[in-house]
Amino acid sequence: MTETPLKSTPLASAHLALGGKMTPFAGYAMPVQYPMGVLKEHLWTREHAGLFDVSHMGPAWLRLAAPSGDAETDHRAVATLVEPLVCGDLRGLKPGQFRYTLLLNAQGGILDDLMIGRPAAAEAQGTLYIVVNAATKDADFAAIAAAAGTAATLVRADDGGLIALQGPEAAAVLEALAPGVAELGFMTFADFPVSGEILTISRSGYTGEDGYEILVPEGLAEGLWTRLLDDERVRPIGLGARDSLRLEAGLPLYGHDADNTVSPVEANLGFALSKRRQKSGDFPGAARIAAEKAGALSRVRVGLRVLEGAPAREGAPILDPDGAAIGAVTSGGFAPSLGGPIAMGYVPPAFAPPGTALQVQVRGRAQAAVVVEMPFFPHRYFRK
Amino acid sequence: MRFTKDHEWVELVGDTATIGITAYAAEQLGDVVFVELPEAGRALKAGEAMAVVESVKAASDVYAPISGEVTAANADLGGNPETVNEAPEGSGWFVKVKVADSHEIDGLMDRAAYEAFLATL
Repeated sequence: MTETPLKSTPLASAHLALGGKMTPFAGYAMPVQYPMGVLKEHLWTREHAGLFDVSHMGPAWLRLAAPSGDAETDHRAVATLVEPLVCGDLRGLKPGQFRYTLLLNAQGGILDDLMIGRPAAAEAQGTLYIVVNAATKDADFAAIAAAAGTAATLVRADDGGLIALQGPEAAAVLEALAPGVAELGFMTFADFPVSGEILTISRSGYTGEDGYEILVPEGLAEGLWTRLLDDERVRPIGLGARDSLRLEAGLPLYGHDADNTVSPVEANLGFALSKRRQKSGDFPGAARIAAEKAGALSRVRVGLRVLEGAPAREGAPILDPDGAAIGAVTSGGFAPSLGGPIAMGYVPPAFAPPGTALQVQVRGRAQAAVVVEMPFFPHRYFRK
Repeated sequence: MRFTKDHEWVELVGDTATIGITAYAAEQLGDVVFVELPEAGRALKAGEAMAVVESVKAASDVYAPISGEVTAANADLGGNPETVNEAPEGSGWFVKVKVADSHEIDGLMDRAAYEAFLATL
């Protein structure tokens, strides 16, 4: 146990006023649920718009110390500083593009999953917008700052608010406050005026739904939160439903479904491996990842529908049809939008094809399960 | 009705005790999505884990408030676990137990004592 007092986000008093049940998460006091409860919060987000405080996460800007003024040159320069840490194509980011990527250790193990974007504005080239996970942010930021050296400066923005608005009505709700956001495509971002302030808004999230993440200075966070909640289509949603939503969306939770021993191939995150980077092999763990892609793979993350009995949660053994342990659940629970339990876990590739009959062991009892394609619940992103 | 510090209730009629979780427990758990109950015939010892109640976010043990043999489990909770939230101290009961020693219940809290206990949490 740590003696460090919990940090709070700029929305702490707003959560208490809404009846949020606070819980420690990654060093922060965060709302796990509001009086509506996890199940209804989950379903509300799928049907309307859910408002999430994700201020515990780590937004930051990496800015070239001496930009040349030429957009492409400056973007290439800043991207080249960070590329050695990740397996994604940062040089190839288009203005306004936001990309999911992975920070890797020398063995190709995942140190974090993060978002890195290239600003849209011509005057902002030579800058990257970076958002990392809460629990890993100090190490991530230290690694990025070290890689940048004196060529660029990392400016943390995690003292303010980061607010996610997710769900099929998110676009209509936010368009009323921030005209133009409805035109953003999935995984792009730009600056928008909101009540006279310029805020960075990305069309992104971790629920599988259409939606936005809004970076807002500390002093403006509660006002924006309150204005969004004034819309009757919006309800506050806690970490409990955030977890069940991302689980249904098949999205891994770092520290559970991926860690520093797991490679992107094992984690079934091959889409985050840039073709150019794989060809040149210029990222950490490239040799291991090439070998895994060539077939030397011992485990892979799969999705499971649990067909009977209790939800199988993190740590539950995964068994083959004969009852032999072949892996473990890394996250699992009841899926409100599917009306039954689902899980993610690691199994040998021979057991990974969808349709493979397996079992999960819960409190000593083997329950039937089957490998299914992820996402469990279809993504509904806004792609232009 | 008597209560435990683990938020189970027990109601004794003759030598048959009906056992469930309290309204406070149900509210704390949130939406119940699965209940695992002991089978009829199982011998329970007071204080041992006898059932598991699962919400969307977590699994929680339910402890036997009193010793005895399970005579019935509430089969209705299999298809309708939400009954635990809707009527925790009524149709959301978990098991019926033929008690070994009806005096065991004397060690549990009455409603006033339980409410006083809740006020300390």
